[in-house]
Amino acid sequence: MTALPPFQTVLDEHSAAVMAILQGAVGRDSAEDCFQETFLAALRAYPKLGDTSNLRGWLLTIAHRKAIDHHRARGRTPVPVAEVREAAAEDGLPERDSALWAAVGALPPKQRAAVALRYGSDLPHSEIAAALGCSPEAARRSLHEGLKRLRKELA
Amino acid sequence: MTTATEKSIQRLKARAAAEGLLDVAYATADSPFGPLLLARTERGLVRIGLPNQDADELLADLAARVSPRVLEAPRELDEVRRELDLYFAGKLDRFDLPLDWRLSSGFRQRVLRAINRIPYGQTRSYTEMARKAGNERAVRAAGTACGSNPIPLVVPCHRVLRTSGALGGYGGGLPMKQGLLELEGVLDGNGAS
Repeated sequence: MTALPPFQTVLDEHSAAVMAILQGAVGRDSAEDCFQETFLAALRAYPKLGDTSNLRGWLLTIAHRKAIDHHRARGRTPVPVAEVREAAAEDGLPERDSALWAAVGALPPKQRAAVALRYGSDLPHSEIAAALGCSPEAARRSLHEGLKRLRKELA
Repeated sequence: MTTATEKSIQRLKARAAAEGLLDVAYATADSPFGPLLLARTERGLVRIGLPNQDADELLADLAARVSPRVLEAPRELDEVRRELDLYFAGKLDRFDLPLDWRLSSGFRQRVLRAINRIPYGQTRSYTEMARKAGNERAVRAAGTACGSNPIPLVVPCHRVLRTSGALGGYGGGLPMKQGLLELEGVLDGNGAS
């Protein structure tokens, strides 16, 4: 197990990416609250974090959970407009976005992050892979598995 | 955007402190000898890094030995910085700061606590410190305790000399030890007492 770096380092290296992705996911106005919730949750969990190899992916996963919580709490249509609707229509996903996001929230972490990064933040596979610290193929696979599971859940 | 994120980070640190999630707060401070690194916990001042010590290494050590929840939070160190500034200006002869002793233990900590009682402008020998810590013969160990002092300056290990009056050693380098003793009026500018 690698030693945990001082949390300040984590903040220096990843706060801008977390903020950018949250702004994309929930809009500028709400990004601030989600940013606070994300990093407070990260700070709470940090001393017990076992795997330090992908701190960025870990943070982005928390950020997306917070974005999903935010959408669920507001109970309003999530921001990721066109993309999600098109995908939903094509894939026969249900219209109600809150139910969709709830199902996304219930996915295993990697799949959840892949789906959220693809449809929430509109990232291409290569960047999802970078965020999750895996190969583009693995990212594609997580996304595929996640979508398959969502289809099943929401059918 | 950078400024927006910086503001968010400020807010985050205030909330982290309020919620008990800021285990180690640190800041840098200027001194006549170069930049110092100051770190505190909720108990008190836990570490001072001297100018010749590597700040990143020191922070990594704090993360491993105290808690990885280490954040730069200058405001949390305001009082420490204020007292150090006064000390370097020759206007403070006794620090009034809560200390966190957790980075030392056993004999070493007893030596450091004895050092902490040496008054401003006075010196003691390593032998005396060993005796005060309960083992007069452990002079070398007393020297090691001085060398590993996590809170130099405030715990004044620079006031400990060899029995012969020679300076001995100093974590921040001998010129700094000499400078501090000159500041306190123990030595004149030529290094003679």
